[in-house]
Amino acid sequence: MLHTYPKRVVVIMLVLTAIVAIFPLWGPAVFGAQSDFMMEKMTLMLILALFAMSLDLLVGIVGLVSLGHALFFGLGAYTLALASPAFSPAAIWWMAPLVMLVAALAALVVGFLVIRTRGIFFIMTTLAFGQMLYYFVSTSRHTGGTDGVFIMFRPSVEVGGAVLLDLDNPLTFFYVCLAMVVVGYLFLRWLTRSFFGQVLDGIHDNEHRMEALGYATGHYKLVAFVISGVMASLAGMLAAMQYGFANPSQLGWHTSGEVLMMLILGGMGTVFGPILGAFAYEILQHTFEHLTTHWPILMGITIILAVLILPRGIAGLIIDPPSRASLAKSSPLRWLKPGRAAPASEAVKPAAPAPREG
Amino acid sequence: MSATMLETRGLTRRFGGLVAVNEVDFDVRENEIHAILGPNGAGKSTLINLLSGEFPPSEGEIRFQDRPIQGRKAQQIARMGIGRSHQKTNVFPRLTCLQNCQLAARIHLGGVLGSWRSRQRARAVDERALQALETCQLVYRAYTPAAAMSYGEQRQLQIAMVLATEPTLMLLDEPMAGMGREETAQVTELLKGLADTYTLVLIEHDMDSVFRLANRITVMVDGCVLETGPTAQIRASEKVRDVYLGRHQEEVHA
Repeated sequence: MLHTYPKRVVVIMLVLTAIVAIFPLWGPAVFGAQSDFMMEKMTLMLILALFAMSLDLLVGIVGLVSLGHALFFGLGAYTLALASPAFSPAAIWWMAPLVMLVAALAALVVGFLVIRTRGIFFIMTTLAFGQMLYYFVSTSRHTGGTDGVFIMFRPSVEVGGAVLLDLDNPLTFFYVCLAMVVVGYLFLRWLTRSFFGQVLDGIHDNEHRMEALGYATGHYKLVAFVISGVMASLAGMLAAMQYGFANPSQLGWHTSGEVLMMLILGGMGTVFGPILGAFAYEILQHTFEHLTTHWPILMGITIILAVLILPRGIAGLIIDPPSRASLAKSSPLRWLKPGRAAPASEAVKPAAPAPREG
Repeated sequence: MSATMLETRGLTRRFGGLVAVNEVDFDVRENEIHAILGPNGAGKSTLINLLSGEFPPSEGEIRFQDRPIQGRKAQQIARMGIGRSHQKTNVFPRLTCLQNCQLAARIHLGGVLGSWRSRQRARAVDERALQALETCQLVYRAYTPAAAMSYGEQRQLQIAMVLATEPTLMLLDEPMAGMGREETAQVTELLKGLADTYTLVLIEHDMDSVFRLANRITVMVDGCVLETGPTAQIRASEKVRDVYLGRHQEEVHA
């Protein structure tokens, strides 16, 4: 059934979460002096995972391919940067709701306009809105132009003067991001399997039919758009805290494109796929960056290969692992080992076509 | 004679220079099975699409239960109680049979919010969905994804989905298209059973089923109504025989 996955998905995700969660234990042993840097990288990957997940609700679940999702990511970053006082930390208790509110309002306005379009036009209109904000913040004096805005203090998490969490501590911040990803994941899983999620699946499969049944599909798409935008803005807020600044590049189409690639790499519409995609993408990029200055070429080739070999992304590999027989038949392997693959595929054949002859 | 449920006056739809439906006066009475017959391209499907609000008429009036509904959106008309099925199989392939029907039932029982707010409502949706499956004899397929079912079963599921919306008026666009003899007979029985509770408008090519099912028949040719009346009258009509039945019988005898 839709949105129910084999047990191994849960097992693999739990194991991976545990491995990430105990990074402070194994990190120093593996990376030595680089461990702190690696943890920051990992924090960033978690933030991107949250971002990619939010986009999956739109692209994978509802079927609306957005090329302007960084709009909300950057909006979260800029809201935090501009609303933070210059010489003291802001309280997270009003900062987070403010970021969510700003993103929700922006998503309502943008969504109201773009939801009417479909297919390529949806891509273009979302791109247009993303670029509008990009050029606005990179030219406006109030947003620091191309330099962006620096954030001097990360928001404080206090109750009645007692500090609950010290977000300036990289380890604490790392766990906060991990918790956000887990909560975000559980929320999206719940949402996709709820009645609302069923309607979104219906829209994904056949919007026309949903209208004929009586659904005002536009409303549902708009709600999904807003939820997705709010989640992205939270990721953007965390990213701004992590970097210590909000920058126009955070809301350009480059960022939108990258997160879309994470989604494709990880597997669209699965919610857990984008998390894996974000990690895989960042790890690949990190590796290639160290190999050559022309790393974008390697990155591009890898993505193309990934799409060719894994059309359903990494998630598809886990949900439906290829059997030996199908592996032997797959074109890349036959191409690599023409001698060995041929008899294997023939060995499989007789079982299937036999009844057809009779 | 029972009351008129739906009527159109001077209903016209043009696509560019083509007049697909031309000044059609058409009425459906309560609790009847009204079949629309006509050769390919006669405008039958366009008429259904106009009635269900898929696209607005160029001219003319549609009244449903004495309220004008022309120009309303498909979703509004669906929620007023006109349920329809499409000529092409149009189920949600990734959802199970039951989920397909739940989706259809939910929007007519308070929508997603209604089901979230009250457990009773959510249960009512499940009950209605199951009932629809039972009527269409698909209960044993409840948890099968629609994509995994046979073509005939998918067609039946489509009828079940319309049923789950508990419409006052059902518009069925070729419910038996592409079905085998046995399945056709089965669906004919099903539709006959529905006639007690629902009002049906039916486009169908299968003559035997039409004559067995319909109380009244409207014959369309080139976007116009050729003749409308009780089944016996249409069966005996010279005009209709020339235009449509004649052709059909020639095919049969050939």
